Amino acid sequence: MTNLSAETAWQPSELELSRRALRRRATTRSVLIAFLSSLVLVAVVVIVVVNTPGWTVVQQTFFNPKIALQSIGPVFQGLLTNLLVLVIAAIGVAVLGTLLATLRSLRGPVFFPLRALAAAYTDFFRGVPLLIVLYLIGYGIPALMIFPRMPPAFWGTIAIIVTYSAYVAEVLRAGMEAVHPSQRVAARSLGLSHAQTLRIVVIPQGVRKVVPALMNDFVSMQKDVGLISVLGVIDAVRAAQLQVADTYNYTPYVVAGLFFIALSWPMIRFTDAVTARLNRREQAGGVV
Amino acid sequence: MSPVPSDGAVVIEARGVRKRFGDHDVLRGLDLAVVRHEVVVLIGASGSGKSTLLKTMNLIERVDDGQIFLSGDDITDPRADADSIRARIGVVFQHFNLFPHLTVLENITLAARKVHGWRAPDARARALELLETLGLGAKAGEYPDRLSGGQQQRVAIVRAILTEPEVLLLDEITSALDPQLVGEVLDLVRELKRRGTTIVMATHEMSFAREVADRVVFLKEGVLVEQGPPEQLFDAPQHPATVEFLSRVRH
Repeated sequence: MTNLSAETAWQPSELELSRRALRRRATTRSVLIAFLSSLVLVAVVVIVVVNTPGWTVVQQTFFNPKIALQSIGPVFQGLLTNLLVLVIAAIGVAVLGTLLATLRSLRGPVFFPLRALAAAYTDFFRGVPLLIVLYLIGYGIPALMIFPRMPPAFWGTIAIIVTYSAYVAEVLRAGMEAVHPSQRVAARSLGLSHAQTLRIVVIPQGVRKVVPALMNDFVSMQKDVGLISVLGVIDAVRAAQLQVADTYNYTPYVVAGLFFIALSWPMIRFTDAVTARLNRREQAGGVV
Repeated sequence: MSPVPSDGAVVIEARGVRKRFGDHDVLRGLDLAVVRHEVVVLIGASGSGKSTLLKTMNLIERVDDGQIFLSGDDITDPRADADSIRARIGVVFQHFNLFPHLTVLENITLAARKVHGWRAPDARARALELLETLGLGAKAGEYPDRLSGGQQQRVAIVRAILTEPEVLLLDEITSALDPQLVGEVLDLVRELKRRGTTIVMATHEMSFAREVADRVVFLKEGVLVEQGPPEQLFDAPQHPATVEFLSRVRH
């Protein structure tokens, strides 16, 4: 029998301390092994590439420091256009995607036309390559001559919104359907309307379930904004292309590529952090 | 006492086990040894540490101090292979945790086939035999959601015992069941006791604890307050905390 009140401050025992030390050593060893094997892999790749017969030519054509320095300015100017398109498209996709997902989740025969329309929309725009949508919207709609003259970047943004909202709508719908039906029942039992139930109970939980997939779509969109260059927009890709035409050297493409990586890097890291946080919250405790 | 006499060999033993979640001490230096064929029932209020103790025994939670031995092997040694240790222990959870995408038979034979290396026909034959004796033979091909809660929990127990683990841990296995379904699950536990299975069980079913336990252990705030044969602990509790707890859950 133990006295409940006789609880003194606990200090880890020798045994526990030695176990912790052992675990730390095991971790250190794993990290070291991972680091060394990565190092070996990189070294092998570098050695193989540098020793290929065409390496000196490739180095001059793709990794020319002088041309890289020259092209940084114009390519960065173009990147600002990409960034603007990205921000506007992200907002547009969020709005249109949520609307489409909501339409598809409406119940009852009255809403059949809306449901069918939303389904047809997502089926169509997930099937058509983005490049074709860009051409159709970028050249086709201005040719109707019913809209005032807009810059090609505007139509490019519209094309991206139209395509990506179809993907995002499907992801959101999957999230909303993953919310347990008992949550709807509980919300309706409190007297909330169908719309209120969706807005206050289902969508917030559904979005949380698909955050990693949404982030993935966002990162993917981040580099697809480079495709608006086909409409003649002077974005980072187009700016690089102009430099390439000037110098007969492909280094500006590499520069543009690095800029796009730099653009998506924070988002990718942020995505990982968010996903890790969600996992931690949903699986409290446990080592398995 | 257990119908199968114990040889006194300690199957699972906790020594000075501590577990802390944040700054809350859930287990505060707990000692408990369970011998072969013994049925030990853990009682205590919610949050007293019953479930956590079972989880540390199955290496689902890592102890913050102390040791746990399974048939003499220190399973809290960081060098121990957790998977092979878990394979030697059967666990049944409050919410059954059957795999909804697998049939009853697939659920039951999964570990035997994938972990213990049984041949599929052998695992199948043994599982069907067990299901048959429990009156669940007709359910072998069904998916878990076609079964009642009591049936699901009995299937979960069969899943845990098919490979004859050294000890069976039962974590409040009747708490999520409708009252009329509790009986069939407890009947199965009685049957396991009759066969000599070593069991550590956390429960709120006091009358069942009294009937089936070889030893009842009362936990409070992560401390083993009092233990003994059921008649002693229920009829003549020694510690005021035990008296107080029993007066509130009066069986």
